Amino acid sequence: MSDFSDLYQDLILDHQKSPRNFGELADANHHADGYNPLCGDKLTLYLKLDDVGTIQDIHFKGSGCAISKASASMMTVALKGKKTSEAEHLFHEFHDMVMGKIDKAPEDLGKLKVFEGVKEYPARVKCASLAWHTMEAALHNEKDVVSTDDGKGSEG
Amino acid sequence: MLCEEKGAKLKVIPINDAGELLMDEFKKLVTSKTKLIAVTHVSNALGTINPIAQIIQYAHSKGVLVLIDGAQSIPHVKVDVQALDCDFYAFSGHKIYAPTGIGVLYGKYKLLDAMPPYQGGGDMIASITFEKTTYAKPPNKFEAGTPHIAGVIGLGAALDYVSAIGVDKIAAHEHGLLVYGTQALSKIKEVRIIGTATMKAGVISFTLGEIHPHDIGTILDKQGVAIRAGHHCAQPVMERFDIPATARASFGLYNVKEEIDVLVTAIQKTLEVFA
Repeated sequence: MSDFSDLYQDLILDHQKSPRNFGELADANHHADGYNPLCGDKLTLYLKLDDVGTIQDIHFKGSGCAISKASASMMTVALKGKKTSEAEHLFHEFHDMVMGKIDKAPEDLGKLKVFEGVKEYPARVKCASLAWHTMEAALHNEKDVVSTDDGKGSEG
Repeated sequence: MLCEEKGAKLKVIPINDAGELLMDEFKKLVTSKTKLIAVTHVSNALGTINPIAQIIQYAHSKGVLVLIDGAQSIPHVKVDVQALDCDFYAFSGHKIYAPTGIGVLYGKYKLLDAMPPYQGGGDMIASITFEKTTYAKPPNKFEAGTPHIAGVIGLGAALDYVSAIGVDKIAAHEHGLLVYGTQALSKIKEVRIIGTATMKAGVISFTLGEIHPHDIGTILDKQGVAIRAGHHCAQPVMERFDIPATARASFGLYNVKEEIDVLVTAIQKTLEVFA
């Protein structure tokens, strides 16, 4: 059997099948839209932050491939209850991991380390990072849709 | 883009569930204001071979010019621009095994002669003074600057190669693969084939249950099967079929039936991963 289990690990498949924290969050005080024009993946991220910058609740909705859905789902699980500063920190670590910028996945990423395999699939990095970029935008309450488009355009 | 520049109105010929153009609707769309009908010869997303001869004939009866996009048809369908009587026909080199960055725009001479150049540069001038510039005759008028010489030579070699084999022979071979592949894929119950036109080139666009085409693409790739996954730069077509994207297997002159068997096994494996 050809090996693709490095990417499609059971945990990822489980989250894509039954995404956690899925759906709108009525009392969200931050939200942002993310879009990956290459894939057509769309995602809306909702955050409920308290006065001291703790993520009280976090939800997402949208459509996309298994990697993007699982990544969004697992991110919401990882970030619930975290401080925004910790969320930012994890965002950078996750980003560096899937981009292959670091040799070994940082331990504090915990279960999110299952996405380390993504670095071997350059075409799929954006799928894994869309939710994180959108979360980052939601923290800063950015109004524009977050796009993973890097100006290189879409292939025909 | 032309609409933005000229204020023209774009009308779209609708398709049926098989992915075939609705010819009656098409005829209704052509009015005295219609300037140009642009139609693809073969749909890259669905494989439909459009009835361009009929379209050209009807358009000309109404005095409308026709531009055919032949990027998908040129190595797969025999094309005779004069017999078709199309006004313009365009195709890219890389779809006919030539290098990238080279292509062909055919146009009827009298039309090209009447058109202004779209850019200036070397080799497109007949005579020049400070008062007046006379442009060269087509095609030089449209080939300003140093040409893509290596690309032209590569395209020539590719065209010679394909012609030596014979487009008819290639088309027959690919049609055999299409029939075999369609039967094989239809046996997998999760497969939904998108684009089931009667006249179809050698591509099978499909979805696989709820599995996103990009996941299908990655898993097939790992098993040595290269397909195209995505919206094929044809988002309106995807919307028409109410899907975000498709996976698409394309057959070329170099493919064999055994590879379709490998594809089928790889699809079954994909289903197992997501079971």
